[in-house]
Amino acid sequence: MTPKPKLSCRNVWKLYGANAASLLQRSANPTEQDIRSAGVIGAVRNANIEIAEGEIFVIMGLSGSGKSTLVRCLSRLIEPTGGEVLFDGIDLLRASDAELIEIRRHKMGMVFQHFALLPHLTVLQNVMFPLTIQAVPKPDAESKAREVVELVGLEGREDNYPRELSGGQQQRVGIARSLVTEPDIWFLDEPFSALDPLIRREMQDEFLRLQERLHKTIVFITHDFEEAVRLADRIAIMKDGEVIQIATPEQLVMNPATDYVAEFTHHIPRSKVLTVGGVMSGELRGEGDPIPLNAKVSDVAEQIIAADAPLPVSDGAGQVVGSIDRKAVARVLFGKGDRA
Amino acid sequence: MIGLTRKQTVILGLVIFTILLGYFGRDLSKTLDARWLTKFPSAWVIPFKTYISSAMAWLIEDAAVGPVSFTDVTRTIAWVIEQPYNLVLSLLADGFARGQGNDAQVLLPAISWIVVTTAVVALGQYCRDWGLAILVGACFLYLAIFGQWDSAMVTLASVLIAVPIGAGGGLMLGILAYRHPVFERIISPILDLMQTIPIFAYLVPILFMFGFGPISALVATIIYATPPMVRITTLSLKAVDPEILDFGRMAGSTKRQLMWRILVPSARHSLMVGVNQVIMLTLNMVIIASMIGAGGLGFDVLAALRRLDIGAGFEAGIAIVVLAIAVDRLSQAFAERMGQVHKPAAGPWVHRHRRTTLVLILLVLTWVLGQFSPLLLEYPESQTITTGAFWDDTVEYLNVNYFDTFEAIKVFFLNWFMIPIKKVLLGIPWLWAIAMLTLLGWHAGGWRLALLCCGMASLILLSGLWAKAMVTVYLCGASVILATLIGVPMGVLAALNKRAGTVINLLIDTLQTLPSFVYLIPVVMLFRVGDFTALIAIVLYALAPAVRYAAHGVRSVSEDLIEAGLVSGCTPGQLLRHIRLPMALPEILLGINQTIMLALSMLVITALVGTRDLGQEVYIALTKADTGRGLVAGLSIAFIAIIADRLINAGARQARIRFGLES
Repeated sequence: MTPKPKLSCRNVWKLYGANAASLLQRSANPTEQDIRSAGVIGAVRNANIEIAEGEIFVIMGLSGSGKSTLVRCLSRLIEPTGGEVLFDGIDLLRASDAELIEIRRHKMGMVFQHFALLPHLTVLQNVMFPLTIQAVPKPDAESKAREVVELVGLEGREDNYPRELSGGQQQRVGIARSLVTEPDIWFLDEPFSALDPLIRREMQDEFLRLQERLHKTIVFITHDFEEAVRLADRIAIMKDGEVIQIATPEQLVMNPATDYVAEFTHHIPRSKVLTVGGVMSGELRGEGDPIPLNAKVSDVAEQIIAADAPLPVSDGAGQVVGSIDRKAVARVLFGKGDRA
Repeated sequence: MIGLTRKQTVILGLVIFTILLGYFGRDLSKTLDARWLTKFPSAWVIPFKTYISSAMAWLIEDAAVGPVSFTDVTRTIAWVIEQPYNLVLSLLADGFARGQGNDAQVLLPAISWIVVTTAVVALGQYCRDWGLAILVGACFLYLAIFGQWDSAMVTLASVLIAVPIGAGGGLMLGILAYRHPVFERIISPILDLMQTIPIFAYLVPILFMFGFGPISALVATIIYATPPMVRITTLSLKAVDPEILDFGRMAGSTKRQLMWRILVPSARHSLMVGVNQVIMLTLNMVIIASMIGAGGLGFDVLAALRRLDIGAGFEAGIAIVVLAIAVDRLSQAFAERMGQVHKPAAGPWVHRHRRTTLVLILLVLTWVLGQFSPLLLEYPESQTITTGAFWDDTVEYLNVNYFDTFEAIKVFFLNWFMIPIKKVLLGIPWLWAIAMLTLLGWHAGGWRLALLCCGMASLILLSGLWAKAMVTVYLCGASVILATLIGVPMGVLAALNKRAGTVINLLIDTLQTLPSFVYLIPVVMLFRVGDFTALIAIVLYALAPAVRYAAHGVRSVSEDLIEAGLVSGCTPGQLLRHIRLPMALPEILLGINQTIMLALSMLVITALVGTRDLGQEVYIALTKADTGRGLVAGLSIAFIAIIADRLINAGARQARIRFGLES
């Protein structure tokens, strides 16, 4: 399913405390007991993640779960205590300062929760900033910056200062700035958490629209499970520094690994997560126009219920692979949350 | 509960015993024939001051690294500061001349008062609006009309040199401390000490190294004004949003880019606060710097004080205040403007810089036409106003008609308040005093603080300054008690009553901007020299923080608590006694702490009116250029300040922990 990992991490640990390094040297995989008795705090514990090229990988967890620390370990803003981080096959943790600067300048972009815009620069100067410090000639940098400003829908605001913009607009600047270098990998650290619910929704749509055009490899951090489900190709759920489950939204809802994960999935309208493919029956029957396999149940529920007979389901190639009837939809909409 | 009351009894008992011991200490030691109990034997004194003096002499005369001697270094520093200073001084005050003395030929006169005033008006309008422009214009006109122009320009020249060096140097040191935690750990206690040692103490070594003159004064001013800039720089760099720092690193900035393109611009607001501090401290130093050779307004005040010429002293003092107000408001407005959004205007240079063009045209005009009419260059002396006679008359009238009243007040305070405190403090046997101080330190902050108190008190004792230190504590303590008794109720009133608050704020602002010397003049005229005069001057100077912190503490008591009190049916009095005051206590304690610090820094200045404390010791050392004596006495004052500061901070911390405001 995953073509080739763009960014991956193996056995990444981030421990805080005086004895952190020596603890990891004693045993590569300390237990919770070991960590506690050594008097250190485990912010990230033994994280193993593979992020495929072009996918939206969401890391979801409540505050204090270590998700921000993990993403900073992946970009080496925080030095992990142990493990390795492979980016295009290169171990980031072994890169020298100069190499790291080069990688960040050309291959990484990051968007921040509170925007992190420079208050003394205009919108255009902010967006140009990553190019400016690379000493890109000014006309080139400016035309490139204008391009991305337009891409995020801020044309006409180039000469404003950040504080003159609304929160949503400020984050658009942040997004434009992170895209101006055409990075391979795009980190977004709770980019929409500081926005009002309505604006958040709009920005999520905008984000999906951008990704449709750009096809970046994306690491997206959020504490909002609904947001995760809406955006993710795959989700990693974190708790107390550990990655508990990595799965597609649908798999999470169908097979939560622990009660903790199930707790999140309960509150999600299942019809918006589950696809027709996940709840159909394998019988090749039904009549009428086939329904696509990967359609969300909520999008086609009305159509199925309105039909008298089961409807056929087809895969991407138009081949009928199964069928779906009212009962299956009713189980998704009103069921108890057990296997549909 | 029994344990607590027993503890309280012990504390109370110890306090009463100490007071009694102090009151009868002198007699006791006489009857026991053990004078050493209250008077530290001079044979045991370690002559720190001689060591320091000879070390200093060695430094000046012999110290060298290879062919470069220490004096070469100081001479180089002096030369570097001197060049821009001479340029600015010539521009503002002296003019450019060829030759010496009477046959000097003026090449270019100093910038005319008209041009300078126009320039500051333009600057005021540029930085904010016409209101500010009129204010600073009026300030500079005052200087011209009251005949203070020439002195004021000399002072302004030294401000214009000291501020960039102090602010720039402070910025660099602050950045260094931010980058290297080790450097921060080294520099932090040094900054602490520099801010608590009275300025006088390091005037002496500076005098030694740079000689008497404006350069010495500039060096002293820079040393005095830089520490807060270092602090503010480090703090404001640390306060930059960590996300912005993360962004900078993710964008691939080098270390230098990160500092100069991201951190410093993001922190520029707080940094400007630091620059403003440097400006204010520089102006604070004006009078003191004139003791080692700065001319200008400071020298005028000092000379007037020595002549007890109240009118002249007052006018020059006010001129310093006026200059300070103008410079302060301008720099604040400038900082604000930097934070705002301004679209650059289009058009040719002259069009974009209309104000600068106007000032430049005026400058050339006055220089050319000034050849024919001196009015354009200098404000005519015949048109100056002086209020000196008025002040002299007022004081004379008060003295003639109310002499007995003033005398009665003074005697009352001396007999019933000051002399008893002095007697007790001087009578406490030094061994007992150090023991009690150590115990207090242990009680308030554990063994570390106990060790600090014991060590510093012992050092004062060993340097043979115990009696003078006790006089210092007495003078400072009496002033602080009075300042607290007056200041805290004023602060509470200011917090509770809006109208009273406005009046009190105005009063406190005025007291704080007046240079400390200015208080001394009228007080000396009314009460003559002596401890009481010093007391009044110190109280006036040190009152502000007691008021400010009390008002802030009372104001910041949480609304919920007040409402809880109201719902329980508290009367306004009960609300104050049971809720507002207890919750404001930590803040009030910090205010008293600041009051003590200000009182100690004022002590040296009151030495001019004949006190017999450590301040006097420093002052004498300055007049005799005795490095060792000055430094030892200055350090002793710093030690007293540090002990008081640590004890009170520990106490305030305990209070906050008790209220659950800090863990």
